[in-house]
Parts: sequence; C-alpha cells; structure tokens
Amino acid sequence: MKSCAHPALHVSIFRRVLGLFDHRLIFVTGKGGVGKSTVSIALGLLAARQGLRTIVAELASQERVQRSFDHEGEHFREVELAEDLFTISIDPQSAMEEYLQVKTGPLSHMLGSSRLFHAFAMATPGMRELLSVGKIWELAQLERRTRGAAPYDLVIVDSPAAGHGVGILRTPKTFADIARVGPIAHQGRTIAATIADRAFTAVVAVATAEEMPVNETLWLRDALAQDSLALDAVFVNALYPERFDRDEAMELGQAVDRAQSPLARAALRAALSEHARAADQRDQQARLSEGLGSELIELPYLFAEALAKPELELLADALAVGLGRRRA
Amino acid sequence: MSVADLLDGKRMCICGGSGGVGKTTTSAAIALGMAARGAKVAVVTIDPARRLANALGLEELQNAPRRVEPERLAAGGLEVSGELWAMMLDPKRTFDELIDRVAADPARAQEIKANRVYRQLSTAVSGSQEFTAIAKLYDLDRDGDFDLLVLDTPPSRNALDFLDAPGRLTSFLEGRAGKAFIGPTGFGMRWLGKGATPVLSALRRVTGVDLLADLSAFFGLLGDMTDDFSIRAKQVEKMLTASTTAFLLVTSAQSAPIEEAIWFRRTLEASGLPFAGVVVNRVHHDLLGDSEPGDLAAALRSELPAALAKRVAENFRDYHVLARRDERNMLRLADELPGFPLLLVPHLDHDVHDVEGLLAVHRYLFASRAEREQMLADVIA
Repeated sequence: MKSCAHPALHVSIFRRVLGLFDHRLIFVTGKGGVGKSTVSIALGLLAARQGLRTIVAELASQERVQRSFDHEGEHFREVELAEDLFTISIDPQSAMEEYLQVKTGPLSHMLGSSRLFHAFAMATPGMRELLSVGKIWELAQLERRTRGAAPYDLVIVDSPAAGHGVGILRTPKTFADIARVGPIAHQGRTIAATIADRAFTAVVAVATAEEMPVNETLWLRDALAQDSLALDAVFVNALYPERFDRDEAMELGQAVDRAQSPLARAALRAALSEHARAADQRDQQARLSEGLGSELIELPYLFAEALAKPELELLADALAVGLGRRRA
Repeated sequence: MSVADLLDGKRMCICGGSGGVGKTTTSAAIALGMAARGAKVAVVTIDPARRLANALGLEELQNAPRRVEPERLAAGGLEVSGELWAMMLDPKRTFDELIDRVAADPARAQEIKANRVYRQLSTAVSGSQEFTAIAKLYDLDRDGDFDLLVLDTPPSRNALDFLDAPGRLTSFLEGRAGKAFIGPTGFGMRWLGKGATPVLSALRRVTGVDLLADLSAFFGLLGDMTDDFSIRAKQVEKMLTASTTAFLLVTSAQSAPIEEAIWFRRTLEASGLPFAGVVVNRVHHDLLGDSEPGDLAAALRSELPAALAKRVAENFRDYHVLARRDERNMLRLADELPGFPLLLVPHLDHDVHDVEGLLAVHRYLFASRAEREQMLADVIA
C-alpha cells in the first residue's frame, strides 16, 4: 500500500488525460458521409479560438474547407481563412513535385517531367499516400521545409474514409519496409515514428449513430490496434434531439388516428418519424459506446439549409463542451 | 420513369457515388427489383452492413456469386420470378485469381504472388478494390451466366477514385513504367551500377536501390503478361463504354454529395461512359405546402396539450428547413442533368440494413412517378 502514499502524485502521473489540442497532429477519420470534413473544420475553429495557429489539411483535394468559407478552390497552397486558421488541399502530384524539389534540387525538373518517374511514382503502391502524408508531416514540423513558412501549433487532417484512412497512417511504415534503404525508406521511417508518437499525433474518429458507421468505427479501432495505434476520441455526429419521450410518442400516435386536418396529421407523423429515428440513434450510440468501452463526444444534428460559418461555429461550441467535459 | 425502365436492355449497372450515400443498399435494391421482374441478376458488393449481408445469406466471403434463397425475400413479401445472386468482393483473392489466370504457368504465378511489390499492390486499400471490382465484373460478364450484373462501387471519399484507380493500376501492370526497367531498351540490372542515365540516377537518389531492384524483379516476373493486361484493359474499356452498360449515380440530397454527383457525371461523359440517371436517397419532402406556420399551431391545438403541440410544431419546422434545402439541391441537380431522370427515395424512418429496409427502398426505385407520389402521400396523410 506504500505506493499510494502520495495520492496526488499518483493522480497527476496516471490520470492526466492529454488534451486533444496538446497534440500537434490530429488525424480525423471515419466512414464516408458522416461529416469528417465538418468536424475537422469545427475542430480547427475551436483551436484557432484558443489561439493555436491551426491548419486543416484536406487529402481528397476537394477544397471543401475553403468552400465553406467562401474561398475559391486553391490547390496545394496554405490559405488563411480567419485569424489563426488556415487550410490546404493536398494532392499527391503536387506533394511529389515539392518533395522532388527539396530532395533533388535542379534535378527535380528533369525527374518531374520524366514519364518514367511519373508512372513509377503514381502507380507504385503506397507512393501516393506516402507523398501526401509526407506533406502533412512537413506541415507539422517546427522547422518547416517549405521556404519562409511559419510553423503551426496544430495540424488537423481531414483524412479519407476509414479504410483508406488507415492506409494513410500505415503507408509510411509499409513503405519503409518495402524500400528498406535509401531516402524514401528513411523518410517513411521518420514519418512512421511521428505517427506512432502518441504525444505528438492523435487519431480521432467521426461516426453517426447508424449501423454501418458504428461498425466501421469499431473496425477502425481494431485496425489501428494492429499498428499499436488507438483512437484518442470518438465524435458521434448529427444526433437528433430527444424531443419526445415514450409516453408522448404514444400520445402522438393516438392523435394521428384522431386528427382531421391533413396538416396536423403530417406534423404528427413527422414527430413520430423523428421519435423513431432518435430511438434508433440512441441504440446505435449505446452499441458504439459499449463496443469502444469509452465515452463519446456528442454533436447535434443541424437543421440548417447549408453548413456555413455560423453552423460551423455552433459545432465548435458543442466540441468545446464535449472536449471540456472529457478533460474534467 | 423507374429503375426498370432505365435498365431495360442493359447487361450491367454500375452504381457510383461518394461515401455514405447508400450505394450498397441501392445496388442491392436494384438487383432485387430486377430479379423480381424475372431477370437472373448478380449484385457484387464490396462491404455490406453485416446485417444486410446476413439477410442475403452472405455470411462469408466466397468471391463468387451465390444464390439468395427466394424464401428470404418471400418472407418480406416479395415474389421473385427471376433469380437474385449476390457476392462480396475479396480484393486480394480476386487479384490472385487474375494472376493465376494470366501467368504462363503455376510456378510463375507463385513467384509473382510471393513478390513483395505484388503483395503490397494486391493488399493496398487504395486502388486494389477498384481494380479488382472491375476485374471481377469483367470475368462475370465474359462468363455470361447472368442477364444483369449490378456493381456496388468501393467506398471512397471521392466517387471519381473509382474511375481513376483501375487505370492507374492497369498502366502500372501494363508496365509503362516497368518497360523502362526491363524492356527492349531495358536497363536490366545495369542501371544499378554506374553508367545509368541521369533520370534513373536521380530516381535512385530519391527511392533507394532496393525499391528499384524489387520493382525490376516484379516487372521481370510479369514479363509477357503485361501484354495480357493491355488486352484485358482494352476489353474492359469496351465493356464499360458499351451501350448495354449503365452508370447510375447514387447521392443523398445534401449539397456536398450533389456537387460531387454533378462532377462525376461530367467526368463520365468526358470518358465516354454511359450515364443513365441519378438515385437520390434520404430526401426530405415538403409537407408544409402552402400552409403558414400559424395554421399548423391552430391545427395542432385541438389535438394535443399546448407544450407538446409546440414541440411537434418545432420539429415540423426543422424538417421543413431540410425539405427546402433538399428541394433546392434537387433543382440544381435537375438543372445540371437535363433529360436525365432523378429517382427519389424519401428519408425513411429507419436506417436501411435488412431485407425489410431493402424492400422499402426497392418499392420507391421501381415505382412510376405517379406511384411514387401516391406512396409519399399515403405516408404523410
């Protein structure tokens, strides 16, 4: 029992949960369509509010982040969206050109325009992912390789859908294993070590409370475990409010049978639909939470015509509450 | 216009779209509906929900279509006069089978399958699903056992990946890069030594010697097979561009997937691939019509206690916002795709991952416009 002689010390060492924003690099993953981009941007907004110089990096080169801030799609450039909030859309082609420039200097032009090299780089399995994740790694460095670039406090990666997302995290190591020696192997190993450093890199998942996204999140957890990685947080997105309890739902059901006005019937049916969906969501949410053995950070469904800045700010508020509660 | 009209005379239906829009369900519901109308249909899916897979009897990966027992569907109230077959794609196995098929002899096939570059190639998530899905489709088409093949494309962030990735892999296998390593002008292993060309020495500086040696060994093993890959690639292209093939775009009514759908259609067209129409899932329909919110409060007043009526009205207005959003997105889609049908499936009360849900989606997809409107009206009123 002697080891418990200093309970305060014990607590400070073992119970201190690293805050999400204490990491420098956060990979946001999850099944397609669950709102990864939205959550990534909202996390970025929240971090920027806290004074962290933050960049949200997109890998699917869709420039969704920029579009939510009414910016035109700019490729592979760090664009300032608001104070302390930046975004970049990363594609393998541009990442390759930049990498070559850094690695081979004047030769880069010759290599870059060589069909042989192009075919090699774009088709070699894992090369595209390695190049993209290499750029992310570069963004997260205190000493930026990109000339004149200032360092970021936080890099948030809007990753591809779950399967490809794991691929992105795994690629550097696999590639290092394949190439064994040489600059690419070295680069792969350096990046792999960064990803494996759990104080530096966090992996979070976004899910909705539905069958497939829940399955995929549980699968993601297992897939990450194979690489000794873990989910640092799971966000359950687009939760319907619990507007009606079971008794009220019964009451609504009876009212539908009685109601004469078509409008009233439509409204009552809509309420019953909402109740059914919310109940399904709660079941799925419970399944996810039990499956993970951890708490989820809840984000509300937004009944909005579009997800623009005001809606994203709302989500950032909800994230602040969820992350704050977790830390407390 | 219903899916049945769209697929009249087609031998292949490829369902594309971004992640999370209900592609798997839509593909399965289409296959189901066509089987119900007398066709022998196979649906090739990548990663169905466990419960949906169980419902169709797809407990294990077989990598070949298996017949869905008619009883499973009859239990849900659907008479199937044709045959429904289903399979889950196993990319690694499909890749191995492809190598077995084109390799000169089993020993060569074994060597290739043991090669490190190949192992990485065949298991890399990115690209191999897309490539093998097309390879499987091609083989099933050539075997000619089915009236219609329905393909659920791999889950990806970007619908266009599906069009890009197979080509990328094919050109790799065709050895456009590899030919430089081993081809007639081949550097063989020579370039590992001194007198290599500047391009190769720069490449070596970036990649390291081992990787190049592995690639060289891989292309050496592929040898003459690269020609077979080229021939296959041409035939696959012919299959995909045939007038008996239909690309169907699946989307939800939200703006991001809709924008992607519009972009996807343009790319299809530019690539000469036959685009047939769009399925829009989870559409919120406008229920308020011409009524004013005030009318609603009045209509509910006599039915419910005031506090509850207020929440019912709030809920209704929230959904009305979504209905307006969906309507606006639908207009944009119709504008972009003049002359192409939009097949709308409403936002159902339950997440679809069983036979019952599948049947519900199927009813909407195979309804005529008038029937669909009637079904919606029945649900509402």
